[in-house]
Amino acid sequence: MKEIVFYGRGGHGAVMASELTAIAAYKAGMQSQAFPFFGGERRGAPVKAFARIDTQPIRVHSQIYEPDIIVILDAELLKVARESVSSIALKAGGSIVINLPGRDAAEKYAAGLNANIGGLAFVDATSIARELGLVVAGWPVINTAMLGAMAKATGVIGLENMANAIEEYWPKPLADKNIEAARKGYEMCTALQRSGAEGGF
Amino acid sequence: MQTKVITGSRSVATAVMLAKPEVIAAYPVTPQTEIVEDIATFIEEKRLGSRFIKVDSEHSAMGACIGASSAGARTFTATSSQGLLYMDEVVHWAAHARLPIVMAVATRALAAPWSILNEHTDFMTQLTSGWIQIMAENNQDALDSMLQAYKIGEDPRVTLPVMVGLDGFILTHTSMPVEIPEQADIDSFLGERKPEFEIDVERPFTFGNVIDERYYIDMRHKMFESMQAAKEVIGSVSNEYKRLAGREYSMLECYNCDDAEHIIVSIGASSGDAREASDRLRKEGVKAGAVRIRVIRPFPSEEIAKALGGAETVTVVERSLSVGGGNILAHEIRSALYSAHGPEEAPFVKGFITGLGGKDITPNDYINMVGITRERPTGDEWFGLTGG
Repeated sequence: MKEIVFYGRGGHGAVMASELTAIAAYKAGMQSQAFPFFGGERRGAPVKAFARIDTQPIRVHSQIYEPDIIVILDAELLKVARESVSSIALKAGGSIVINLPGRDAAEKYAAGLNANIGGLAFVDATSIARELGLVVAGWPVINTAMLGAMAKATGVIGLENMANAIEEYWPKPLADKNIEAARKGYEMCTALQRSGAEGGF
Repeated sequence: MQTKVITGSRSVATAVMLAKPEVIAAYPVTPQTEIVEDIATFIEEKRLGSRFIKVDSEHSAMGACIGASSAGARTFTATSSQGLLYMDEVVHWAAHARLPIVMAVATRALAAPWSILNEHTDFMTQLTSGWIQIMAENNQDALDSMLQAYKIGEDPRVTLPVMVGLDGFILTHTSMPVEIPEQADIDSFLGERKPEFEIDVERPFTFGNVIDERYYIDMRHKMFESMQAAKEVIGSVSNEYKRLAGREYSMLECYNCDDAEHIIVSIGASSGDAREASDRLRKEGVKAGAVRIRVIRPFPSEEIAKALGGAETVTVVERSLSVGGGNILAHEIRSALYSAHGPEEAPFVKGFITGLGGKDITPNDYINMVGITRERPTGDEWFGLTGG
């Protein structure tokens, strides 16, 4: 089983990202589960969302405390929301996919992390969302760009399955824009570290 | 048959769409709101032809269902927590009036202090109501149980309302693949509701009239007998449903139980975590099993006595609390085992109160609770207190 945690702020689309992951995984012939961190949802407040993917039917419903993958939609969040993040520890050798503007920022970020991380990949999802006009109430909706990046960096779900999930999730013009965002996220995602031959990083 | 990745709320709403109740009345309350929103969408999109009655409260919602059901309609409502408590008076009326209303309850903690998160105490407050009570484990179970609920409640041997519980947020807001039966299959499975008595000016009856002290007790006895009869109906409806959907349901589900020395009993969405715990315990050499209670009214006493009778210890994990009484489920399980096996032969039953107000219950928590039971098997305990 692969367990994924998405960190963002209300408005980034972290919850939708987890749902799209579950739909895409099912389309890829796997079993899946997606759920938000339960509570009141507020625009701008820290948001956590969870996804599980497995070849077997998923029976557990407890929260995820040791994910294989962490997708960070807002890099600043981990500084301001330490309390909500502290209960989560990346599984040894797990992967981080993060929304950062460039390599310098990513290297700086990686320097502050412990050595057990299998890989870190970054993508400038905010710019992708802004360029495509994926902005709601002033917030760039970066989830689909991040899902494209996750597809490339971790290989848990292919880009085409992700695109199919997006197509099912939104009506036509909006779906196309989001598929484009996912493709750009995929193309522009850059791995900082590689840990050998096993898929992904 | 189509499979969709949908939430527990959407699973319930989809079941409602397939069951085609003539009348729906509901008032929104977190975490039930999306069930009602989805149903309203289906009606708006003309995928569901029900009359949706907008009401000013949960009490009125059940009142509207009672009226419509008395006139012969198939009905649905949904609520949660404070809403269920506000509805309470007429919840009991619906059962006493023998109206096969179906209600979904998205379980949630009770205030004060205010919490919108999951707990089963709201659901458990209705154990004396006369409703059949099914608690789903996952989204598929929620959809399947909702469809079976109509068939069970409307059976002439039963004619009682049915409540389908699903863990607030943990199921209502969680998306998973759910197989959706074909409309034609459900049409022939459920058929039309055929009530023995209904409000009809051509064929007048009195409904809910005064009864004197000689006969009231007999009316309650008939209700009790019908609830007992529901056990057999639940079984036959499950078999019939299995033929169309391929999935089998029983009043309780046993996992790793045959040679189990230590059995966990759970109810609702965290039951899969209990099974996971039993697998992990087996890897450590502990012969552990897991039993999920799916139907709590009628209480499956015989099945419990059979499933748990051979164990050394039973660890009952509850997300509910009767203040002053403690565990609710553990008491009933102890009673079933004591009645069937006597004090010498019955296993130790230890109840845990945990998971209140949204506190997570993980497989490790179950493993720890089994450890505590093995160490001190008597006396119920709390688990997960912070000391705060």
